[in-house]
Amino acid sequence: FELLFHSRDSVKMAAGQQWVLVEMVQAFYEAPAYHLILEGILILWIIRLLFSKTYKLQERSDLTEKEKEELIEEWQPEPLVPLVSKDHPSLNYDVVTGPPSHRIIVNGKECINFASFNFLGLLDSERVKLKALSSLKKYGVGTCGPRGFYGTFDVHLELEERLAKFMRTEEAIIYSYGFATIASAIPAYSKRGDIVFVDEAACFSIQKGLQASRSFVKYFKHNDMEDLERLLKEQEIEDQKNPRKARVIRRFIVVEGLYINTADICPLPELVKLKYKYKVRIFLEESMSFGVLGEHGRGVTEHFGVNIDDIDLISANMENALASIGGFCCGRSFVIDHQRLSGQGYCFSASLPPMLASAAIEALNIMEEDPGIFRVLQDKCKHMHKALQGTPGLKTVGEPLTPALHLQLENSTGSRTNDLKLLRAIVDYSLDRQIALTLARYLDKEERFLPPPSIRVVVTVEQTQEEMEKAAQCIREAAVKILK
Amino acid sequence: MTESAGNKNEDCHAANGVKPGRNGMVKNHHHHHHQKQEKVYHAACNGELYSRPFIESFEETPMLVAVLTYMGYGILTIFGYLRDFMREWKIEKCHIAREREEQKDFVPLYQDFENFYTRNLYMRIRDSWNRPICSVPGATFDLVERSSNDYNWTFEYPGRVVKDVINLGSYNYLGFAENTGACATAAGEVTVKFGVGMASTRQEMGNLDRHEELEKLVASFLGVESAMAFGMGFATNSMNIPALAGKGCLILSDELNHASLVLGARLSGSTIRVFKHNNMQSLERLLRDAIVHGQPRTHRPWKKILILVEGIYSMEGSIIRLPEVIALKKKYKAYLYLDEAHSIGALGPYGRGVVEYFGLDSKDVDVMMGTFTKSFGAAGGYIAGRKDLIDYLLTHSHSAIYATSMPLPVVEQIITSMKCIMGKDGTTIGRSRIQRLAENTVYFRRRLREMGFIIYGNNDSPVVPMMLYMPAKIGAFGREMLKRNIGVVVVGFPATPIIESRARFCISAAHTKEMLDRALDVISEVGDLLQLKYSRHKVLPSLDRPFDETTYEENKE
Repeated sequence: FELLFHSRDSVKMAAGQQWVLVEMVQAFYEAPAYHLILEGILILWIIRLLFSKTYKLQERSDLTEKEKEELIEEWQPEPLVPLVSKDHPSLNYDVVTGPPSHRIIVNGKECINFASFNFLGLLDSERVKLKALSSLKKYGVGTCGPRGFYGTFDVHLELEERLAKFMRTEEAIIYSYGFATIASAIPAYSKRGDIVFVDEAACFSIQKGLQASRSFVKYFKHNDMEDLERLLKEQEIEDQKNPRKARVIRRFIVVEGLYINTADICPLPELVKLKYKYKVRIFLEESMSFGVLGEHGRGVTEHFGVNIDDIDLISANMENALASIGGFCCGRSFVIDHQRLSGQGYCFSASLPPMLASAAIEALNIMEEDPGIFRVLQDKCKHMHKALQGTPGLKTVGEPLTPALHLQLENSTGSRTNDLKLLRAIVDYSLDRQIALTLARYLDKEERFLPPPSIRVVVTVEQTQEEMEKAAQCIREAAVKILK
Repeated sequence: MTESAGNKNEDCHAANGVKPGRNGMVKNHHHHHHQKQEKVYHAACNGELYSRPFIESFEETPMLVAVLTYMGYGILTIFGYLRDFMREWKIEKCHIAREREEQKDFVPLYQDFENFYTRNLYMRIRDSWNRPICSVPGATFDLVERSSNDYNWTFEYPGRVVKDVINLGSYNYLGFAENTGACATAAGEVTVKFGVGMASTRQEMGNLDRHEELEKLVASFLGVESAMAFGMGFATNSMNIPALAGKGCLILSDELNHASLVLGARLSGSTIRVFKHNNMQSLERLLRDAIVHGQPRTHRPWKKILILVEGIYSMEGSIIRLPEVIALKKKYKAYLYLDEAHSIGALGPYGRGVVEYFGLDSKDVDVMMGTFTKSFGAAGGYIAGRKDLIDYLLTHSHSAIYATSMPLPVVEQIITSMKCIMGKDGTTIGRSRIQRLAENTVYFRRRLREMGFIIYGNNDSPVVPMMLYMPAKIGAFGREMLKRNIGVVVVGFPATPIIESRARFCISAAHTKEMLDRALDVISEVGDLLQLKYSRHKVLPSLDRPFDETTYEENKE
């Protein structure tokens, strides 16, 4: 009985919302008598269910009150959190005193900063600071409300307009937290039942966005277009089996422009080809590539000369190259505007402090006035990449153009903890010699595909040739000494 | 319009035959019924838990109003279909952004019906939200003038400013949204010295000594061992709850919890069950059932049970029945996660939130969470509690590892305002603001009630929801108030139940008596105009009745 119900109805379900009333009436006329009888019975059954007493979802138990009390007495919960051992590798943070700029004081030692994502050096820019200060004098610090309830400031609107103009898209929307940007954007579009194709190396905020969306997630091998196409083909075959269902399943490809975990660039032109071939939308996360790649810093679309309108949604944070706080999404109004009511991190969170929006606007001004800055950065990245080649025991992971490289062990000790200890020793060695580096941190148990342990090396325009040579030299020495 | 999402969870086992109303009180109007409910539980059993009178009311929706409201939605829906039909046949001009030609054959990004509400209901009154402001969101603010020539589909900014609008919308409880004074000066100094960005995470290169100082201050303010600060209030919940609970754990969540708590619970992978808003019977039943029956199907005992509640509910104006929650949590060995987004700074004689308000011990709350956005006029959030909890978060919080750390001007604003509240700045400014807020709240609520409006929530809550009910009145109230230079927040579905649209006032210590009086006069005027004085309870003017411990309800006739 249950089965019959299911099979008949699943056809309707598949058609979903596209089931037209007229068709339904027609079907009713054409249906054979036994169908009508069956449906009549079903309707009666539903009515019975509606009016019958609510039954307990919990299984009935024949426990007496006393037994229940005993059970409650007996139950011992686990502690709220497990105890963290005193020497947990990430319990004691490195402490920075003073500004986290080009010259940085880490644990009391003055160093050159090779760890902060301050690619364009805008964190230290006097212009940005003064603009932020004047904004502070006008608006104060906090916004005291979400965008909907008097948390929208004129500078927010200005920043959105400027970002859209900079990226040459129709519209942009800003979030008050970089991490929340893509993590809110994905579930605004992709819902239960939809399908998302994701690169294995996707960063943590993408993973969280996918989890929140409750969609089917299909991971393809990192930057492997054949693997992606295989999955898309599989889906195509699946769709042919049930075309009505296929008509309502949205599908997306989610990739990063420049992967933070692997420091390489996604093959965007091939992705766009696949997009049109299989009719899948592309969401592109550009936190590492915005303000880095391309002649004008517009990111990976400019880098490849891909038409930005071919990308359905681009998201990036304003915390790296722009050296402010928050994030943004941009694209066509048709896509972006939807987030103003459906992006959770947009609707339910206090808006970005206006002084941070003003700082981002000024940073954009600088980027627009002096596009040569991107060339400088790209040259420095290449230089650093080259300088780090041939470090004994360490391999440089990432493309020459990336400003945040990874140094991984050539030969793992076999244990992640020990690997991390070795790498940390290199970081400490460098810290003692005025080079501030950091380990790339991950949540080991939460990451879908945990990247191997690594040291992050970040290039900024403020670093001079000599400083970069010095850093590379220092890392080489450390590697020789520590890895032997 | 969308502030606190309801808790929609399939796993809700809450309804167990009894259907108590909001706040543990049966919303039934009949007096005898009401008393019965009270006798069964609250007054008789737990009156002694409260050190102060707990007066909270949710007057029932008058029947006629409810019927008219449903009719209103009915008419709107019919017209919506009609206009969709006309748009379809190009009789009416269609303003909706369209899919690009190249992608017309893709699976549609939105189902048409999904946006029916937005297109046909929200769009008519969209001008009541997202009003841009161009000054400090203090006791008064300046609004950017905005107009629309196409019924709110697009806005134009003629470049004029509406000056000195009284601000009843911002969460500026203690009036620390300021551009002058100690906080702004301190924030300004670090802006010049440090800049605004951090460009790294706490675990990598973004942990400044000032962050650690802030955390120590928060811990001492709350009277707990340790604390940790995060860059965004929303993310404090959504990125830390997953670190505290996981598979095999049970989360009991209030049905009106904020979207961030719901998201955090969902991301954690725990089983989620929802109890009726602030209803201790519902909570206790869930706790008992959970422990007795264990996990579904396997019947293994739950690893742990985490109760998620908020201090003040931002859409209801209710205050959590914390003494009872703590009693239950102790009895059933559950853990308590208390979100003080709206209550920190705004409640308690020293502004330490709902725990202090009830005279309880902060050690009885396992996880104290709160935000800096509201009372402190900054941004971000914190989690505080025992040292082992914070140590665990330092190593396992998603936020510490993957999110850029808090910008320093914000840190400085919090440190300075918190020191002011604690009196560590050597002044009594903080103290007097807290008192001012409490007085303003009581005064404002009392006057509104006397005027005959239906006001929800606790007498001491600075969040004051006033019922509008009908969809047309949402827009009308917002506009009429703005015409008279008062900025208010109006909310409707989906942030509230469909017929319970409301206006919400947030009282601030920065409001002077004159401002509140002016606002009250205007509200009364607009209330008469729109016929909003729904209350059928005759409240005597000058409601200074003596309260005793057994006074739980306000709706005595």
